[in-house]
Amino acid sequence: MFAYYLQLGIRSLKRNPMLTTLMVMAIGFGVAASMITYSVFRAVSGNPIPDKSSQLFVPQIDSWGPQQNEMGEPPGAFSYIDAMAVIKAHQATRQTLLYPVMLSALPHDANSIPVSVNGYAVTGDFFPMFEVPFQYGNGWSASDDDNRAPDVVLTAEFNQRMFGGANTVGREITLSGHDYRIVGVAKHWDPSPRFYAVWSDSAFQDPPDFYVLLNRALDLKTDSSGRNSCRGNLTFAGWDQWLQSNCVWLMPWVELDTSSDVARYRRFLEGYAADQQHVGRFAWPANVRLRDVMAWLDQMKVVPPESRISMVVASCFFLICLVNTIGLLLAKFMRRAGEIGVRRALGATRHEIYAQYLVEAAAVGLAGGGLGLLLTAVGMSGVGLLFDADIAKLAHLDFSLVGLTLIVAIFATVAAAFYPAWRAAQVQPAWQLKSN
Amino acid sequence: MMQIRPILAALRHHKAGTLLIALQIALTLAIVCNALFIIHQRLTHLSQPTGIDEDSLLIVQNQWAGRPAPAEVPSLLAADLDTLRKIPGVTNAYPSNTFPLSNGGIAYGIGHSPDKLKFTSDTAIYFTDENTLPTLGLKLVAGRNFRADEIGEAAGLDKIAPAVIIITHELADRLFPDGSAVGKMAYISNQPSIIIGVVERLQTPYVDSAMAQWSACSTLVPFRHLVDSTAYVVRVQPGQMADVASHVRAALYAANRMRVISAKDGVQTFAQVRATAYASDRGMAILMGAISVVLLAITAAGIVGLTSFWVGQRRKQIGVRRALGATQHDILSYFLTENLLIGFAGVVIGGVLALGLNLWLMNQFEVERLEPGYVIAGVIALLLLGQGAVLAPALRASHVPPVEATRSV
Repeated sequence: MFAYYLQLGIRSLKRNPMLTTLMVMAIGFGVAASMITYSVFRAVSGNPIPDKSSQLFVPQIDSWGPQQNEMGEPPGAFSYIDAMAVIKAHQATRQTLLYPVMLSALPHDANSIPVSVNGYAVTGDFFPMFEVPFQYGNGWSASDDDNRAPDVVLTAEFNQRMFGGANTVGREITLSGHDYRIVGVAKHWDPSPRFYAVWSDSAFQDPPDFYVLLNRALDLKTDSSGRNSCRGNLTFAGWDQWLQSNCVWLMPWVELDTSSDVARYRRFLEGYAADQQHVGRFAWPANVRLRDVMAWLDQMKVVPPESRISMVVASCFFLICLVNTIGLLLAKFMRRAGEIGVRRALGATRHEIYAQYLVEAAAVGLAGGGLGLLLTAVGMSGVGLLFDADIAKLAHLDFSLVGLTLIVAIFATVAAAFYPAWRAAQVQPAWQLKSN
Repeated sequence: MMQIRPILAALRHHKAGTLLIALQIALTLAIVCNALFIIHQRLTHLSQPTGIDEDSLLIVQNQWAGRPAPAEVPSLLAADLDTLRKIPGVTNAYPSNTFPLSNGGIAYGIGHSPDKLKFTSDTAIYFTDENTLPTLGLKLVAGRNFRADEIGEAAGLDKIAPAVIIITHELADRLFPDGSAVGKMAYISNQPSIIIGVVERLQTPYVDSAMAQWSACSTLVPFRHLVDSTAYVVRVQPGQMADVASHVRAALYAANRMRVISAKDGVQTFAQVRATAYASDRGMAILMGAISVVLLAITAAGIVGLTSFWVGQRRKQIGVRRALGATQHDILSYFLTENLLIGFAGVVIGGVLALGLNLWLMNQFEVERLEPGYVIAGVIALLLLGQGAVLAPALRASHVPPVEATRSV
């Protein structure tokens, strides 16, 4: 029966090529606009570390006070003093501090020129807590952190560029004039958005080249290549005074496995801030936050407003295309009132008429989905015109998007056909036969 | 217009179709108004003048390899400036921490006292020297430029406490509304700086809307920044830009190999800087424009489709009216008036929807209140679009011969 209805539907669609084309185009454009903007939104709003996002938290402590904080919100990073105190307290299952650094490296062939390399200074827990996969070797231990070892982990991409992808564990690399020992090579790992550094860096920039041991980077007075945010008069001069200043630049993360751990850690932060008030460092009551990954991304407004607005507008556009389709289907179906009358008189039930027209609509939906898919594919190559290059490169047409495009197109068209098909099924056979 | 009553009576028999056209017009109006307004907002944002001679400027971003000590940096910078000035076509250059639209830099509070809780305005800090004004082509509206002997040095984490500064007109207005900024003191650190000059306009490095409030509030400090990374702002003679842009990288490497000038964006003309800075604004404008155009086309096509259907359905009635003495013009104006009535209903609902959508966007995003002009323009455009779309089927209707009345089917 379905095949027969489909055949009838296609024959009827061929009878009014103009009307059919119009409907297919409306569905196609509508679904393509929605899918293109959705693909970008999906890329920027996704969960970068789905299996652990509710166990990873950013602690925040108000080290600036109510007059200088960000409208009641504590700063999004730690000053050196708070960072060192909190990390040394070891109150979480795992904890890390990190900040972005930009160094230079000299590739190993003789007449090459230096290249700029970007990475993060991190502590050893960074690798297990963020589940960084390793190709060779491993991260480093807490004792390496304490010993301020010159350890570095390279990313697979950087190891490929510098050493042709060889197992370089145990070898040395010179970065900005200082030697580091390679302890591991990480497999490709680039969570997007880059949740762990969004306070400092763009969430969608190029993947890092390396991770160096934080204490070593501090010993070498490597300053942050990212954000450094200070309050009040900047009276410091030089590295040591800067470390003691109220400038925030170190991004802390903690891993907390259970909700009681979270509650306990929150109490610890409050206790720490209260202690700072008691000793006179803070002149205000404790004001702390503890947000998990998704709450943090939300707080940092990682999804660009452009992406949301364009998705809203594209969805409205699709809605209008559907209203348009309802009208056109109505016109199309009612034009065939006579034919319906004959079929009803010959014994077809309302239900069968209804089913027949829904199948016809589904055929339109399928064609619209096909066109939509084509337009989406074309649109994907033009996404670079519409969004920032860093964001545009994240949008891609994958299997799930293809499926979604077709399903949305068909379902939306069938939904749009409910009313016109119902009207068609209501045709009174006697009336039609009489007027004939 | 005397036909309104029979038209309304006839529309009552086509409730669904009437409603659908009205709804489509309403939704289209709501979306198109807001889309056009967003386009307007974005274009306003991206066409803000930086105040500099953009056509003649080239930006070279340099990073020293091997972390030179701060004390070594001045001679490295001097050598580079010398190299740059020797390139044919280059007329001037200066080193800085940043440049307009770069989206990165240093921002301070500036005010009348060292107390930072009471600063007057945020301001972007540009590290500059005596060549900055002529290189950027800034117009000095009061006071004087820096002298070569005033240019100091500041290492990466040193405090920035200049004895003299040059500020923009906008910032001078905020600090000294009576217009007498030159010679006065202002605080960007805990020590006073004397304002020696005021330039007409110089945009900050930031294009983010969160910093739009002070996008024209820049402060020039007479310092060399003794850090790894430097942006050279290079002024090029008219017509030589492509030449200089393609040679500058090689020239600098020939003078000193221990550096990184990114092959991707190490050398950029200011036009490229501008294109990158406003990429998302431009993209939004393009997307909203494309959606508006397609939307209007689809709405027009929808009206054509539904009206054609009505005409086909009513051929017999039209024939009867023609046989009873209605002229072709009467039939034409019947369909045009019918569409106009539906259109009016649509734009009234659409106007309300447009304002509603705008309110929602204002709540959720940084969108401003919709200007009424956009709604009015949208209403007129959609009514005209409706009339244009209905014209072809209406003309066809008017050509139905009276003899149609006598035919069955």
